[in-house]
Amino acid sequence: MSNRWWIPNTCRGEDTRPLRLISILLFLLIWEGAALLANIPQLFPTPVAVVISLGQLLIAPGPPGMEWAGELMGNTLISLWRVIVGFALATVTGVSLGIIIGWWRNARDLFEPVIEILRPIPPLAWIPLAMLWFGLGFKPAVFLIWLGAFFPILLNTVLGMENTPHKLIEVARTLGAGPWQILYKVGVPSAAPSIMAGLRIGIGIGWMCLVAAELTGSNSGLGYMIMYYYSTMEASKTVAGMLMIGIVGFLMFIGLKKLEDNILFWKAA
Amino acid sequence: MSGQKLIIDSVTKTFLEKKGGTSTVALCDFSLEIGAGEFVCLVGPSGCGKTTLLKLVAGLEHASSGSIYLDGKPVTAPGPERGLVFQDFALFPWRDVTGNVAFGPEVLKVPLAERLRTAEKCIDLVGLSGSGHKYPSELSGGMKQRVAIARALANNPELLLMDEPFGSLDAQTRYLMQTELLSIWNIDRKAIIFVTHSVEEAVYLAERVVVMKSSPGAVKSIYPVDLSYPRRLTDAGFINLRERITADIAEEVG
Repeated sequence: MSNRWWIPNTCRGEDTRPLRLISILLFLLIWEGAALLANIPQLFPTPVAVVISLGQLLIAPGPPGMEWAGELMGNTLISLWRVIVGFALATVTGVSLGIIIGWWRNARDLFEPVIEILRPIPPLAWIPLAMLWFGLGFKPAVFLIWLGAFFPILLNTVLGMENTPHKLIEVARTLGAGPWQILYKVGVPSAAPSIMAGLRIGIGIGWMCLVAAELTGSNSGLGYMIMYYYSTMEASKTVAGMLMIGIVGFLMFIGLKKLEDNILFWKAA
Repeated sequence: MSGQKLIIDSVTKTFLEKKGGTSTVALCDFSLEIGAGEFVCLVGPSGCGKTTLLKLVAGLEHASSGSIYLDGKPVTAPGPERGLVFQDFALFPWRDVTGNVAFGPEVLKVPLAERLRTAEKCIDLVGLSGSGHKYPSELSGGMKQRVAIARALANNPELLLMDEPFGSLDAQTRYLMQTELLSIWNIDRKAIIFVTHSVEEAVYLAERVVVMKSSPGAVKSIYPVDLSYPRRLTDAGFINLRERITADIAEEVG
């Protein structure tokens, strides 16, 4: 360890990554100790108990129609399918509407007032209406995911389109490009980084909305599963489900980041 | 005046300010004629409407009054026969060098094989052979400007409009680019209107140097440069002309 601690690590080229492992180990250790001290396993499970529960949930039969997958993976797949459908709908609608609003000022003036009224309503406030309209299960969940992911995707697409450098449009015009060519050969690629940022934010919010929707308006999925084990007072299984929710959310984020790096390869150099 | 490539006939351009409703006259009664294959430099103080003039000729802006004719036809919109090169390159960062250079032929629906051939030829011409697959973020300022020039050349324009193209380059690169621009001009003799802040650059490059005055922008005086290429910055004739033009502009600013 250098004694010149006041110099930022990044300037010293040290490998600080081992600290990450220490961070996780320390967290687990404190958790285990606290849970053992508290000694109320139904409410405050130890990490070891959670791992055991994870194993049990993997083996237990899955939800109706998904018995083969096991309880944990079955519910995960159900949740994933909902989020994929909702997110795909949000991507298609958000990006296309965003391109239109961001490119044409009259479209913007036409849509923006309504969007500004609807946007501040938290997606979770739509849960009662979603259940009234769509009942339980797949449809209200997809609706809420769409709602949660739609606005960040829309707003980031609009921002990206609006910020298309004027110089690039002028250059394209002098090179003979027509209005449509300028839209899809200059506007859309120029907005791509912003659109990708919108997708990343959108999938995060969509995932949160999904779990919230399943807590109340569903009888399957990871959200439902953790709520179910709340009612049976099996906190270790609830925490196991929470862990799965965290892992899936993280993996989706990483996947999208990888996709982004592939599409926007020209940004890095 | 037949035989002239470009005729700018008493053009006035007024901009309406967004706030307050006042208007600014950027160009007032500006007239200039450019011959086929002629190299003309525009110099003048900042804000004298040089860029506005180029945008008018490019067709990106419309004159408030007066007309611009290219080969006798009035200019009303941008067209591929007029290529524009900006100071800050304005390359498409998501396209590699070939993709940038081939943009013009691409939007004009030239078949793929042909436009790739054209792009390669233009890339060779600006001395970037073998860099076709690089992206703008991987290029130095000088290389970026070469790409921008190649991109403008790919449409085979009759008139090249250059807005302080070397203004952001370091002195070494700038000198190199000037020399290369002259050799490109020698090869296919396009008419060039070149806007610059540097009197030295103007005298080094142009057959005629047009000095502009500001507020409102108009032609102040025109200097033919009767020095043979390649010019030497240290020739007495060169220094003499440079000083005269510099004094002319200083009088305008002071």
